[in-house]
Amino acid sequence: MSGTQAVTPTPVQVPKQPVSGVTRTKRRAGPEVGGKPRLWVRIVMAIICLMWVIPTLGLAITSFRPKDEANSSGWWTVFTAPANFTKLTFENYAEVFTRGNMGEAFVNSLAITIPATIIPILIAAFAAYAFTFMQFPGRDLLLILIVGLLVVPSQVALVPLLKIYGTLGLNGTFLAIWLVHIGFGMPLAVYITRNYMATLPKEVIESAKIDGASHFQTFWRLILPMSTPVLASFAIFQFLWVWNDLLNALVFIGPGPNQPLPIALNSLLGQQGQGWQLLTAGGMFTMILPIIVFLSLQRYFVRGMTAGSV
Amino acid sequence: MTIKILNALIAVVGGVLGAIALYYLLNKLAELLPGRWEDRVKPYLYLLPALAAIGLYLVYPTFQTIVYSFANAQSTEFVGVDNYVNLLSSPSFQSTLFNTFLWILLAPAGTIVIGLLIATLADRLRPRGEKLSKTLIFLPLAIGGVSAGAIWRFVYAANPPNQEQVGLLNGIVTGFGGEPVNWLQLSDFRFNSLLLMVMLLWMQAGFAMVLLSAAIKGVPTETLEAARLDGAGEASVFFRIVIPQIRTTIITVFITVLIGVLKTFDIVYVMTNGNFNTNVIAVDFYNQLFTNNNAGYAAAIVVMLLIIMIPVLVFQVRQFRAEEAAR
Repeated sequence: MSGTQAVTPTPVQVPKQPVSGVTRTKRRAGPEVGGKPRLWVRIVMAIICLMWVIPTLGLAITSFRPKDEANSSGWWTVFTAPANFTKLTFENYAEVFTRGNMGEAFVNSLAITIPATIIPILIAAFAAYAFTFMQFPGRDLLLILIVGLLVVPSQVALVPLLKIYGTLGLNGTFLAIWLVHIGFGMPLAVYITRNYMATLPKEVIESAKIDGASHFQTFWRLILPMSTPVLASFAIFQFLWVWNDLLNALVFIGPGPNQPLPIALNSLLGQQGQGWQLLTAGGMFTMILPIIVFLSLQRYFVRGMTAGSV
Repeated sequence: MTIKILNALIAVVGGVLGAIALYYLLNKLAELLPGRWEDRVKPYLYLLPALAAIGLYLVYPTFQTIVYSFANAQSTEFVGVDNYVNLLSSPSFQSTLFNTFLWILLAPAGTIVIGLLIATLADRLRPRGEKLSKTLIFLPLAIGGVSAGAIWRFVYAANPPNQEQVGLLNGIVTGFGGEPVNWLQLSDFRFNSLLLMVMLLWMQAGFAMVLLSAAIKGVPTETLEAARLDGAGEASVFFRIVIPQIRTTIITVFITVLIGVLKTFDIVYVMTNGNFNTNVIAVDFYNQLFTNNNAGYAAAIVVMLLIIMIPVLVFQVRQFRAEEAAR
C-alpha cells in the first residue's frame, strides 16, 4: 500500500476483536487496571506520535508559507516568531494549479483510479464464487496459482506488456493503465473475496439450491449482497494503491497531458531548490483524497486487513 | 477536462454493465449445454474473465520476461546468459544487490519491532488515547511514496552552511551549533539507505501495529493473569507468553512487509533515484528499462527479483494449504 503494495493481506489467525480499540469490551487485567496508564507509557507514546506527525506537519505548514520564507527558513520558525503566523497564505495552492498542472493531474488521477477500482470487483466476485461454491477439476491448482501470484512482484510483467502495448499503440492511454491495474489487482481481489465467501454459512446456499435457485440467481441475490464488506475493503485497497502508484503510471502513461498526480508531484520534486513551497502544496493536494477516504472508511480497511482470511 | 471525466464515467458504467452482460451471456451459454455439461462447464465460464486478466497480465508476461532476460537490449537476438553475467560482475549492480539485501534484512524486522512496541504501549492507554494514537500512526499508510518523498524532503533537506536550514534534522543539528549534514549523500555504512528505510518504517509501522495489536488482544487474559500470579514480570510475560502466542501474526506481517520491501520503488526513486549508493533492485530495473533502454538487463533484474522471492512463495503456498486443510 503505500507506494509499496505491502498491504496484501495474507492468512492471519486473528480473532474477531475490535481492532482500533473503539469498543473494547474488557480492559486487559494488568498493573494499570482501574488507574491511569503509567506515566512513562504515556510519555513514550506521546513521543512516538509526535515523531509520526511532525514530518507531515512540516509539509502542511510550509504549504501555507510565502515563497521567500519557505525557501529561506525552517517551517518551525512559524512557532518561534509568532508574527510569521499572519503571513500564512493560500498562494501556493493557487500557483500549483496554474504552474504545476495539478488540477489536470487530479482529474487524470480520478479518471484512472475510479474505473480501475470498480471494474475488478464484479469479476473477482464471480471467480471467488466459483472457487467457493462450485466443484470442478483443477480448482485447487488454480487457487494455489492465485496464492502464488500474490507474492510475485508485478514488475515481472512490465517489459512484455510495454512491448505489446507499443505494437497496439496503447501506451499513454487511460485504457492501458486501467487494464494493467485490473490485471495486477485481480489475484488479491479473488483471494480475499474467496476467503470471505468461504466463511459464509453453507446452509444458506444449500437452501437456495433446494428452492430451485440457479448459481446465477444465488450469486446475485444472496452471495453478492452478503459479500459487500470484503468487496468494500478490496475497493479501498485498490483505490489507495492505484491513486498512489508511481511505477506503473510512469511506465504506461509517463509525463504529459494524461499524467496522474504522483507523476506531476514527482516532477515538482525534481525542481527542488526554487520551488519548495509549490512542492508542499502539491504534496498536500495529492494526499488529501486518500486521507479522506482512509479516515472515513478506516473500519472497512482494518477489517479487510485483519480479515485476510476473516 | 470534462471529456476526461466523461471518459472515466463511461468506462465505469460501460465496464460494469459490460461485465454484467458478459456474465449473463456466459451463464446463458452454459445453460444451452445439455444436462451434466452445464454443471461441468459453468465454473470455468465464471472464472474465465478473472483468469483471462491474470493470464494476460501476470502469467504470460512473467514467462515472456524470462525469455527476454536471455535476449539483447532490443530483444531482437538471444545472447545466452550474458545479461546475468554482465550484471552480476558489475560493481554497481553488486552494490544494488547489497542494498537490496540490507533492506530485506533490516526493514521488515524493524517494522515488526516498532509495530510491537506501539501495539503493546497503545494497549495500555485509555481507549481514547489508544484510538487517537493508533489513527495517527496508521495514517501514513494512506500516503503514497511520492507524497512521503515530499514530506521527508523537509526532514532530510540540507542547505549550504551559510544559509538557514529548511530541513528539520539539519535545523536541529545547527540549532546545537553543528554543521549541516547532507544526509542523503552519507553513504558510509549505507547510512543514507537506513534513512530511506526509516521512511518505509514510517509508512508501514501502522500496518504492523494494527495486525499485531489485534493478535495481542486475542491472547487470553487468564493465561496472562496466571503468569503474573506466579510472579512473572511484565517483560517475561511479554516475551514468554505473548510473543509465542502471536507468532503466526508476526510471520504474516513479516512476509507482507518483505514483499513490499522487495518491490520498493517510489521511496528510493523519488528521494535519490538510486544515487549515492542507495540503489535497489526495483529502481535499477526501471532505470535499465527507460534510461538505458536495455530490456535485456531490465528483464534479467526482475528475474533475479523473482528468484529471491521463491522461498517466500513456497512458504506462502504451504501456509495456505495448511490453513485450507484446517478449514
